[in-house]
Amino acid sequence: MENHFEIGIENLRQKLLVMASHTEKAVNDAVQALTQRDHDLALRVKEEDDVIDKCEVEIDDLAILLLTKAPLATNLRLVTVAMKISQDLERIGDEASKIAKRARDLTQEPPVKLTLDLTRMARLALEMLKTALDAFVNRDPAAARLIIPRDKEVDAMNKQIHNALVQHMVDNPDTISRCLHWIVAAKSLERIADHATNIAEDVVYLCEAQDIRHTGIKNSAASNP
Amino acid sequence: MAETLIPKIVPQKTPAATAKVGSPLIEIEAISLHYGASRALKDISLNLEEKVVTAFIGPSGCGKSTLLRCLNRMNDLIDNVRIDGAIKIGGHNIYASDVDVIELRKRVGMVFQKSNPFPKSIYENVAYGLRLHGMKVKADLDLRIEECLRASALWDEVKDRLHSSALGLSGGQQQRLCIARAIAIKPEVILMDEPASALDPIATARIEDLILDLKKEFTIVIVTHNMQQAARISDQTAFFYIGELVEFGATSKIFTNPAQKRTEDYVSGRFG
Repeated sequence: MENHFEIGIENLRQKLLVMASHTEKAVNDAVQALTQRDHDLALRVKEEDDVIDKCEVEIDDLAILLLTKAPLATNLRLVTVAMKISQDLERIGDEASKIAKRARDLTQEPPVKLTLDLTRMARLALEMLKTALDAFVNRDPAAARLIIPRDKEVDAMNKQIHNALVQHMVDNPDTISRCLHWIVAAKSLERIADHATNIAEDVVYLCEAQDIRHTGIKNSAASNP
Repeated sequence: MAETLIPKIVPQKTPAATAKVGSPLIEIEAISLHYGASRALKDISLNLEEKVVTAFIGPSGCGKSTLLRCLNRMNDLIDNVRIDGAIKIGGHNIYASDVDVIELRKRVGMVFQKSNPFPKSIYENVAYGLRLHGMKVKADLDLRIEECLRASALWDEVKDRLHSSALGLSGGQQQRLCIARAIAIKPEVILMDEPASALDPIATARIEDLILDLKKEFTIVIVTHNMQQAARISDQTAFFYIGELVEFGATSKIFTNPAQKRTEDYVSGRFG
């Protein structure tokens, strides 16, 4: 005899994983398009974003249907967390689109002669996203907790890049429009790291039923007796 | 003067509430039912699709069990009942004068709220209806009984004690045995009147999964007070209130965006 409710829950989980894989690809492609000045790749990110948007709607529909069936305990947390994670993934897709749009515009102009550590920032944001998603797949709250403090590193990098670009614009007013593209792209990476942090917090809630948002206890393990 | 026990069929009226979906197996046409002077069902029309689970929901006294019992003429057994309208199953009016009620109940089986196995062995509970319908060869009986017990997800639990008393089974097992007994004679429709309301959550979950498995073969109509259960197992839901059909539609719609305020209030727990 099949457990039909568990099949529904597994279906929801699978849909979320599909959405996550599209989101990761969108961010990877956007960053690659930006750093390698790849115009065609930048255009393809928009297609990926459309798929991500559809995934969000499908996940919400399925989650609402499952909620009418009164899931409890872990299943209840999974359904609510799935809705939140899908929203974060959709926003990440939007940020990837923004980066791709700036990448596309930047390919139409000469490069800015400034050394930016944007690649390292992108690598860290992507690593946070991947780890958060892996933590979801593996139900690993410890791994999720480890990435949360790294958001501050990304924030610091963004600030550093922002300041460098502002100074560059002051010194080279002819590069203002190009530098603004880079500022927006860096800000999008910073937002992607924020969403990855949200996902990590959701994974902790899913696994431990503990809401660690805004509590200052993000690194402590669940304190069940 | 005593009322006749045989329901009277009167010409069909224009239905007050109509709900139609594709390829119906059961067509309920302007059914009204009176218990003496009291009208328990008011002009109800709806079509139930084949191999679909339809849930009847509504507060106590709304008529949902009464309508369910109309589908295999169980109300014939009650004094002072008068039924107007028609119910067609496979296009034939089950209230037509030439209908063999025994044959009808073979086509439309029923499972009750309280499990009611015969005080016989597990094997004999399922064999009883089969023998009654002419199956005499032991090998045939053995095969069919195993099929039914497997289909009702009971086989693994009872295969080593088929000749033990059915009364020794747990409540959930007894209810699954009653389902096995109901499906043994291959009905087209299974009616279930709160089949899990007396069971614990584990046994309830098993019955719900069983219902979802059975709908591959059977058309199922279930009365339930548990709205989450209706949401979990049914494809279509009909909401009744004081003998009226208020709303009928896809279960997902009824529980997320009902069209009628009375449905919204009921599923939200504001009354009932």
